[in-house]
Amino acid sequence: MTDSQDSIIQKSKLPNSPEIKLHERSLSRTMILVVFVSLLLITGYTLTHLDTAGVQINQALKELMTTLNQMFLQPNAGTDGLPLLMEALGNSVLLSILTTIIGAVFGFLFAVLASKNLTNAYLGAGIRVIMAVIRAIPTIIWALIFSIVCGLGTTAAILGLSFHSIAYLTKAYSESIEGIDNAKIESLKVTGAKFWVIVFQAIWPTIVASFVSWTFIRLEINFANAIAVGAAAGAGGIGYQLFVASGMSFDFHETGLIVYLVILVTFVLEFIAVKIRQYYLNR
Amino acid sequence: MQSPIKYLSHKGWHQTAIIAIIGGIYILGSQILNFDNLNGLLAVPKAFAWLGVNFKPTAHSMQYFPRIWQKLIQTVLLAISSTMVAAIIAIFVALLGSKVTGINGFVQTIVRAIASFFRNIPLVAWSMILLFSFKQSDFTGFLALLLMSVGYLIRAFMEIIEDEASETMLALKATGASYFQVIFQAVLPQILPSILSWILYMIENNVRDATLVGILTGTGIGFIFDIYYKSFRFDAAGMTVLAIIFVVIALETISNQIRKVIL
Repeated sequence: MTDSQDSIIQKSKLPNSPEIKLHERSLSRTMILVVFVSLLLITGYTLTHLDTAGVQINQALKELMTTLNQMFLQPNAGTDGLPLLMEALGNSVLLSILTTIIGAVFGFLFAVLASKNLTNAYLGAGIRVIMAVIRAIPTIIWALIFSIVCGLGTTAAILGLSFHSIAYLTKAYSESIEGIDNAKIESLKVTGAKFWVIVFQAIWPTIVASFVSWTFIRLEINFANAIAVGAAAGAGGIGYQLFVASGMSFDFHETGLIVYLVILVTFVLEFIAVKIRQYYLNR
Repeated sequence: MQSPIKYLSHKGWHQTAIIAIIGGIYILGSQILNFDNLNGLLAVPKAFAWLGVNFKPTAHSMQYFPRIWQKLIQTVLLAISSTMVAAIIAIFVALLGSKVTGINGFVQTIVRAIASFFRNIPLVAWSMILLFSFKQSDFTGFLALLLMSVGYLIRAFMEIIEDEASETMLALKATGASYFQVIFQAVLPQILPSILSWILYMIENNVRDATLVGILTGTGIGFIFDIYYKSFRFDAAGMTVLAIIFVVIALETISNQIRKVIL
């Protein structure tokens, strides 16, 4: 009697381990911890050993506030006048559009040749290594290198910006191409379609949305780079005006106006990018 | 439904129009900017021939190596520290400003506006303004990179929170957990891998940008390249470029390996 009762009224089984594990140990968790801690240690070391050239921080901050006040609250066109600044701004925008077009065309060609699912491994690997090296060199250094051969000016700026764009977009596009389902390419190959037919009839329509996204991201980067190249390599455009106003004539009112103009252009570029992206994603 | 022929002819017309517009912009643009396409194209092989002759580091240029290496390490350290400080600021601001964890609509709008403002001020402007007040020092370079990175990271972190943590947030709120419990026990641990991935990307980017900041503010590797370049010591400049290539590719490889493990 008692035996059967025991078997009927069984206590509910408790799980074997008395504690619930909150954090599962894994390589990923350890790695995150290690990387974070080492980065923070490096930061701590750098900040305590930073060379401040004996600047009085309070004094400098006060000066900075005055400068920012002049820039953002009292912007004006300065001695250059608005028409000149608008022309320079237009040149910078054109420069970024031109280099993005060059980058997109060559970038797509190289991306097709570099993608693992399209070409032979050696050609692909070769292109990827060359592009990685080109990408590793900052745009400004490319512009300076070309300015020795072509002289300071637009041509050097265009070549310098294009080089970096091509390398960047090759990587971006080839990643999109490698994301394509292999069955699509195989089935076209079976029908006997030629290489470029496959590229333009199967690959291009599939990646067009991400192609457009990446191209517009690069356009925004190129606009920022066009300003940088104009300032540091003397290649003209709004970047040069910015450099002169803020570093030579110290006219911070004009600097403020130029910064506002640049921000306005980036907003417009972003707006256009969002609209075009939506159009291609909704098709 | 469209007939296939009509569809194809429409598609063909559409593509031709787009190519014509882009080609037109290109030709018009090169006219306005006085860009000679042929000479530009010819300059590329000339530039590389010139690079091969003049930028090749010689045995003589080895004497510059210790100085270049020291500046390069300094630049990398600066890039890492500015990114980390920016990340710490950005994560708190992003928590305040994201649609999921944010306080209210007003704060969210303010945060978004500030972030995009910081992001879009050109690096050149930051460098020059800071140079004026903080003089030629590493601290100036650090601040310029920091202010630039903050804007980017706030936006990136807000998008990460909104993409990855909205369901978790909802689920934990339903159990009655408090705001801070949800943030520290669920949201932060969940988004940590993506955040680290962005931090690594930002470090790579900042090493490259540090060259520009360096040329403008006279710090780090950019400054030393500028000196060699302007005093026509091209073999030393070439060595600097090789060192930059080495470090950037090494950083890229390391962060790709880390990403493979954590994501």
